[in-house]
Amino acid sequence: MSFGFFNYWVFIILLMIGLYTVMSRSNLVKKMIGLSLFQISVFLFYISMGKISGGTAPIVVDGPLDTAAPIYSNPLPHVLILTAIVVGIATTALGLSLVVRIRESFGTIDEEEILEMKDGA
Amino acid sequence: MAPDMLSLSSQFPILVAIAPLLTAPICALLRGKTAPWAVTTIASAYAFYISLQLLLTVASFGPISYELGGWAPPWGIEYVVDLLSGFMLVLISGVSTGVLLFARESVTKEVPTSQLGLFFAAYLLALTGMLGICITGDAFNVFVFLEIMSLSSYALIAMGERTDRRALTAAFQYLIIGTVGATFYLIGVGLIYMMTGTLNIADIAARFPEIEGTRPILAAAGFIVIGLAIKLALFPFHIWLPNGYTYAPSIITAFFAGTATKVSVYLLIRYIFTVFGVNYSFQGLELMDILLPFAVLGFLTMSAVAIYQTNIKRLLAYSSVAQLGYIILGIALANETGLTASIVHIFNHAIVKTGLFLSVGCMFFVVGSTYLKDLEGIGRRMPITTFGFVLGGLGLIGVPLTPGFISKWYLVVAALEKGSVIGYGLVALLMVSSLLAVIYIWRVVEVAYFRDMPEGTVKEEAPISLLVPTWLFILGSFYFGIETSFNVGIAKAAAAFLMGGA
Repeated sequence: MSFGFFNYWVFIILLMIGLYTVMSRSNLVKKMIGLSLFQISVFLFYISMGKISGGTAPIVVDGPLDTAAPIYSNPLPHVLILTAIVVGIATTALGLSLVVRIRESFGTIDEEEILEMKDGA
Repeated sequence: MAPDMLSLSSQFPILVAIAPLLTAPICALLRGKTAPWAVTTIASAYAFYISLQLLLTVASFGPISYELGGWAPPWGIEYVVDLLSGFMLVLISGVSTGVLLFARESVTKEVPTSQLGLFFAAYLLALTGMLGICITGDAFNVFVFLEIMSLSSYALIAMGERTDRRALTAAFQYLIIGTVGATFYLIGVGLIYMMTGTLNIADIAARFPEIEGTRPILAAAGFIVIGLAIKLALFPFHIWLPNGYTYAPSIITAFFAGTATKVSVYLLIRYIFTVFGVNYSFQGLELMDILLPFAVLGFLTMSAVAIYQTNIKRLLAYSSVAQLGYIILGIALANETGLTASIVHIFNHAIVKTGLFLSVGCMFFVVGSTYLKDLEGIGRRMPITTFGFVLGGLGLIGVPLTPGFISKWYLVVAALEKGSVIGYGLVALLMVSSLLAVIYIWRVVEVAYFRDMPEGTVKEEAPISLLVPTWLFILGSFYFGIETSFNVGIAKAAAAFLMGGA
């Protein structure tokens, strides 16, 4: 029974790993990796939601209509998540470019070292 | 609204979001000091004009529904303008246009000229995101606009790097926290879609009673409320806000202080009152018990923290978090007066805080610093600017005749309507918080008027192009504090609609 929710368990586990990485690492690049994982887990959630066991791709095919109507997976969550993937890429790109600028300005990408030099900034 | 689809006015709902969106890439290509600014201001003013038209139409003929691409809702994306969203559109585009009038000379000191095109393109995208959030009637579309707004605001805050390199770390911190908030919202929407099979907000609201007892909906409500609380900087999720506001360029701080967090408050009101409904929100979820303590703790602690700040922008930023506490308190009281107070305060605080940040922008323009130690004697150095700041400060405290008084009045009435010990206790705490506001404004007044100007400084006022927009907001705040029929009238009608439509 609980195996039926396998995908959702994976989603939650990935979500938590991502969030934990964001909170526990002081290296800014590692933070970004955690954040990406955090976002990607949500993609998995949406994709799982739209999938129907035995369902096929929602493409209309020419052919006799006498056979039982095929079961289609719900395409809408998949389309939604395409948008979310784009947003995720934009966030990662912006985050990493900020890290590059921080490296240029502060000479380090370690959050704790940056916090120590706050007064010097 | 005219029935024929060909007239321009029937396309207003989409134009308000798409005008700044389409101007952004054009703006990114422009070079020089004036061209990007001029194009941005025109686009923003046009959005303001459309917003006013939409609000007028809604006020006389009722809500407008616009089908994107002619696809009927709930299959297509629907844009909805009702009183509340029309009100928000006018507020956002109005604040944006006012701030842009200030921007022309201000940005030349804070942003490299070669980057002005991209800077204003990002500004337009942030504006698009805010307007889009308010006008769309589709839960997923909200997420897209939320991210358009957030991503451009991370970039805009980082632009303060030229003044203080900590702008970079502030932007990075905001990016991390903001993305977590937006992703929580996305999970919430996913769970709602699982249970209802629709993304149209009105459609979700109609199907909500059947599924409101289920566990996925409970999880969805949790994710959405927490996600939005992070985005609107509700105490204790406010940590990104003081950093972001302190190090961002002056006009960005002024623009965001008036609008960015308010948009998330708008979304929270939408979800609590329209989607979940008053009954589910306050009986099923017991949001009052959850939001009320954070709101109260927020305005008390943040007002107290504001007193100890050495940077005037950071002082005002903490005060913003405190003011958001008032707004959330009004929502948490779950009565019509409380909701009216929240909506009025969204408007009033936006005007007052933008005015204050603009006057700080004037000081920065002349002095080149926003630290209190560098602003000694500023009252004699820049008398007009500082007097504007003091008047704005009175609005923040809530002195009669200022808009702050109007919102606090409604908040007190709402707390008393709630009755019992809690109600009276809240009134007392509101008074305490107002006294704290007196102290932090007084600290600035003390530095500005009772200390000597540093050696070698002369009386030097900010240029007229900065003073006029600043005073526009300061005088505007007094106008809306005395002649309240616009802000209070609409807030009351919107609150009645939200409570009744539940």
